[in-house]
Amino acid sequence: MSVITYLEAIREALREEMQRDENVFVMGEDVGIYGGAFRVTEGLFDEFGTERVLDTPISESGIVGAAIGASLLGMRPVVEMQFADFISCAFDQIVNQAATMRYRHGGSVSVPIVVRGPSGGGIHGAIFHSQSPEAWFAHVPGLKVVAPATPYDAKGLLKASIRDNNPVVFFEHKYLYRRIKGEVPDKDYTVPLGKGDIKRKGSDISIITYGAMVHIALEASEILAKEKIETEILDLRTLSPLDKEMIRKTVSKTGKVLILQEDHRTLGIGSEISALIAEELFDELDGPVLRVTAPDTPFPFSPPMEDFYLPNVKKTVDAVKELASY
Amino acid sequence: MYYWLKFTRAFEERISVLYKQGKILGGVYSGIGQEAVVVGACIGLEKDDFIFPLHRDIGAALVKGIDPGVLLAQLLGKKTGLSKGKDSYLHSGDIGLGVVGSTSMLASSLPVAAGVGLSFKMKKRNNVAIAFFGEGSTNRGDFHEGLNMAGLWKLPVVFVCENNFFAYSTPVEKQMAIEDVADRAESYGFSGSVCSGNDLMAVYKTVMKAVDRARKGDGPTLVECKTYRWHGHSEHDKALYRTEDEFLEWKSRDPIPRFELYLGQLKVLNKKVIEKTEQDIKEKIDKAVTFAEESPFPEGKDALEDVYQE
Repeated sequence: MSVITYLEAIREALREEMQRDENVFVMGEDVGIYGGAFRVTEGLFDEFGTERVLDTPISESGIVGAAIGASLLGMRPVVEMQFADFISCAFDQIVNQAATMRYRHGGSVSVPIVVRGPSGGGIHGAIFHSQSPEAWFAHVPGLKVVAPATPYDAKGLLKASIRDNNPVVFFEHKYLYRRIKGEVPDKDYTVPLGKGDIKRKGSDISIITYGAMVHIALEASEILAKEKIETEILDLRTLSPLDKEMIRKTVSKTGKVLILQEDHRTLGIGSEISALIAEELFDELDGPVLRVTAPDTPFPFSPPMEDFYLPNVKKTVDAVKELASY
Repeated sequence: MYYWLKFTRAFEERISVLYKQGKILGGVYSGIGQEAVVVGACIGLEKDDFIFPLHRDIGAALVKGIDPGVLLAQLLGKKTGLSKGKDSYLHSGDIGLGVVGSTSMLASSLPVAAGVGLSFKMKKRNNVAIAFFGEGSTNRGDFHEGLNMAGLWKLPVVFVCENNFFAYSTPVEKQMAIEDVADRAESYGFSGSVCSGNDLMAVYKTVMKAVDRARKGDGPTLVECKTYRWHGHSEHDKALYRTEDEFLEWKSRDPIPRFELYLGQLKVLNKKVIEKTEQDIKEKIDKAVTFAEESPFPEGKDALEDVYQE
């Protein structure tokens, strides 16, 4: 075991997968000599050279398209979006090209690509460097969507994503890159896609969340524990496919659910979970399914507005207390 | 070459008939008039070269080895089609034969073709990829992003533009301020050339020159083939935005008699050969139609399959 940052965990996953399989290569804007805007790919260029750590022009759509093409011949490209916000430029290639390729070729083709990039706010990045675009992609059949919260999960999930034969969109939370450290095994391991993880056990109220919000939930749970409210925290880890089994289990256990999501409110991941619970677990509920989310606005810049906008520990504690009153 | 030119025409004509009989439910995008482009571009390729045909390029898929019966089953939404009924027309393909289906978002295949070229290069394979597209789609970003990457990394890709002068109803002069799409290649660091898309030998020679260049590692080429579609954008479109004179003029440049004249001059074509070819083609297409019509439809619940690879 060694203690490394969330960012180092991602870099290690890339390095180890590139060492393990010569078909794995990374491509993206400034990923080569510069090592990526956040330095995630630092050192890979020296180790693997210009062909396998490929600097690209500013062409998000083109880069993803090229990755799709390369994957048709057995390569396993990992594309870096410099910021997850820029993924909108590649939307058509991901949604119409990659996600449907297998279906429209009658199951005879696979597109093993990973498109990874830093999402999320809290760094004063303003509108185009702070968004959480995961719900756009979780809506698309044919894609898998991943959003890890810890170094262990980030490394294991990225390895699993690279080895998966489907297109995976992998959202790394930029706030966590250097702030979160954790233990990671020294030997090879993967974290399976589509499986959630209970980050804290509790019997009173379930908090279902993912990404940076897992850490907000953990902090909130300590405060709540002092007030004798025991929360169970389900970290989804993969947003598509959802771990419905684990959602069912925790909801059945506590009967009260708070969904905590950094993304804005309408038709986010939380909306789907809320619908799932309403349809399948109505009889298990002892209160309404509540959501703590950002409001439905573009992502604001000025610090007081960003603080107002983002979910935080206080909002989470308040919502859990409201649920406790039922 | 002659066989595939005639075959493509006859196949396209039969598709039109099937459409009029109500047997094809989706859109039909006839390539009649443009056959020389796809046949000329694909006939000299190796089995493990890749092509990215567009909706109008059914002849390219045929030349590359896709079974005509399977292709017709695809059009009829049958379980035996390329996509097993999941999508129509050339949105599907056969990777084993190097045929990749396109989407309806025009030119979005071009970066994908560049990516196939990139993996040829990385795997040190001596292959090429040919991407087909219309002049209309050269106004989309994916065209420019794809060509830029191919030029930058000297990828073994040949970009074949079928300039049929209309993007659906919009004439080329309302689409771009230049006359030749080929001119666009220069800004990406490689050459573009123009040839008659109705002259099979001209297309063949121009594309093969580009293919040879690509195989030698000299990078991509853009080949612009000026041609004309006889039918509308799709079969329901009467193409009233074009003049009768213009249509008749282009019809007089029919690629088939033109190639027959050429073969006649070489004294390799006579009435007997023509009749024999036509007979063979008719039999093969009849067989394909029977196969497609007799093939079962998929079941409704089959729609749930092939979304993910387990």
